[in-house]
Amino acid sequence: MNAFIDFIMGPMVWIAFLIFIFGLILKIVLIIKDVNAREPYIYSYMTLKHSLRSIAAWSIPFFPKSTRQSPVFYGVSYIFHLLLFLVPIFLTSHIVLVNEAFQVSWIALDDSIADILTIMVGLGLVFFIIRRIMVPEVKYLTSCKDYLLILIVALPFITGFIAYHQFFLYRPMVIAHVISGEIMLIYIPFSKFSHMIVAPLTRAYMGSEFGNVRHAKDW
Amino acid sequence: MSNETKTMDESAIVKKKNTDEAVESGLAKLTQERIKNTINQVLQSETGPRFKAYVETCMHCGLCADACLYFLSNDRDPSYSPAGKVKQTIWEMLEKKGEVSIEFLRRAVHIAHTECNVCKRCSMYCPFGIDIAYLMLLVRRICHKLEITPLYIQDTVNSHSATMNQMWVKEDEWIDTLQWQEEDAREEFENLRIPLDKAGADIMYSVIAPEPKFQAGLIYQMATIMHAAGVNWTMPSTPGWDNSNMAMFTGDNEISGRIARAFYETAARLKVKRVVMGECGHAFRSTYDVGNRWIGWAMPPFEVVHALEFYHELLTSGRIKIAQKYKKTVTLHDPCNVSRGRGLHEMAREVTNMLCDSFIEMTPNREHNYCCGAGGGVINCGPPYKGERMVNNRVKAEQLKATGAEVLIAPCHNCHSGLEDIIHHYNLNMEVKFLGDIIFETMEKKIYQSGD
Repeated sequence: MNAFIDFIMGPMVWIAFLIFIFGLILKIVLIIKDVNAREPYIYSYMTLKHSLRSIAAWSIPFFPKSTRQSPVFYGVSYIFHLLLFLVPIFLTSHIVLVNEAFQVSWIALDDSIADILTIMVGLGLVFFIIRRIMVPEVKYLTSCKDYLLILIVALPFITGFIAYHQFFLYRPMVIAHVISGEIMLIYIPFSKFSHMIVAPLTRAYMGSEFGNVRHAKDW
Repeated sequence: MSNETKTMDESAIVKKKNTDEAVESGLAKLTQERIKNTINQVLQSETGPRFKAYVETCMHCGLCADACLYFLSNDRDPSYSPAGKVKQTIWEMLEKKGEVSIEFLRRAVHIAHTECNVCKRCSMYCPFGIDIAYLMLLVRRICHKLEITPLYIQDTVNSHSATMNQMWVKEDEWIDTLQWQEEDAREEFENLRIPLDKAGADIMYSVIAPEPKFQAGLIYQMATIMHAAGVNWTMPSTPGWDNSNMAMFTGDNEISGRIARAFYETAARLKVKRVVMGECGHAFRSTYDVGNRWIGWAMPPFEVVHALEFYHELLTSGRIKIAQKYKKTVTLHDPCNVSRGRGLHEMAREVTNMLCDSFIEMTPNREHNYCCGAGGGVINCGPPYKGERMVNNRVKAEQLKATGAEVLIAPCHNCHSGLEDIIHHYNLNMEVKFLGDIIFETMEKKIYQSGD
């Protein structure tokens, strides 16, 4: 059992990171290979300029007209996605671990601020859950798989929060935190979480069709 | 017991949706094996990484809902939301690996053909830019291969297939109509010609088949505009003259490609410099964006110009002059295929302002305008579905009413017909006009003589 826990807390972390990074790279490579094999004509329409134009327009908060029509959702969503990356990357305890392994470090969030931000991530997830239950057009599209995605994101934050405060079961909570973090990382390339790299591609394609062929804006 | 209840529920849903004899007789002939094989063939061999990315990336966020006139007009009923329509069609086909029921297909053909105008407004509401219209067209492709396409639109495709035009117009009728319009116009305009098959002309003018069939006056109008502007133009006398393409909307890509090819080949035979299209949106989409792709041209082999752009050119270059601006208050409907499809919305405003004294914007407008509810082949599914179409586009009626304008300009045939239905149904007391109608009314109708 101890050997298993050592594995989970040690090598598995690196394995999870490698699967996450190389999984995403592989995903892009497979998509490009598939495009080359089956839909190479889309390159006749795609331009870097129009791809970036569309991605940029959709990256500016509340710039696309439709984002202004759903200000609450987009407000929560922008903050949620930002914190999803910021909190783990700039958390003191994570930086300490990286420093031990690679002797590099960077500026860290104050722990009390990190605490508040973690709660905000949690509230964001609660918002998404409520929205899935309450808003008819979202409820209509929702299945248990969508809640599973929320759960997978929620677990590392919840367990990390409890472990940091040492509310209860400190050691098991740390282990649960690491396992859930690993699950999330590994799950990303093989699930809808891959929208982190596929969405810019679909946006780039639609942006090119709109910009290059249709001479119209897509935001 | 629960199965029985489910079947009853399903049939109750189906009952309130209309159907027609082509759909029903097609469904009656289907076998489970054919359904499965057809769906899997289309989804596996006719799609690629784009389709995969769209299906795998959709986060089920529901943000596309607010884009859709069907959703908004039906009191936010989620089954009308864009992703909701994908869920009821593509998702289930994928999930069940093509093993779907007849009931399911009856619903699917109804959704894809009469509850989506493939206007692509939802792609501007999806943060990922997922092309939901493409997914609906894929459902139509499957329906086409299963031979359950709605009757009226299938008839237009049959006509395309047999005659290369949408309305069973015979070759002699076509030529006769042009000569009749020329003859009539010559009583008013000395030396006016509708030149047929004039090789080497600057412009080939091309219309959709409903014009010679029952709106010949529009050809007359265009002839007077060409005459006033002194344009070196021609119209083809042979098949290929009709630029409409209903097969593009039924998923009959093979016929659609034949139509586009006949069109380009006609322009090539006449050695014209460019092609000007009448005020039709879907025909423009076919020749500018879709038909060319099927037959292997990245972009059309000829410069294809929508009438709106052509009018802009004639007005700004002073080739036609406006004698007196149009007095009534007008508003402008941006057709999806020329605004969202070609970015001509600013030009449309400039033309409108050059022609009219008082122009009122409708909201939303430009790329974000609400669809007419008729385009994308929906109106072409014909009378069985008209009542629903009126209910499904209530938001358009509200949008039009809010302008308070007397005249509605719609530079697209499908929009034109759809908007007339809406105006009549909701008693909006508005007149629908083409830009050409207003140009004809307001321009200086000088008598042109060659050598002037």
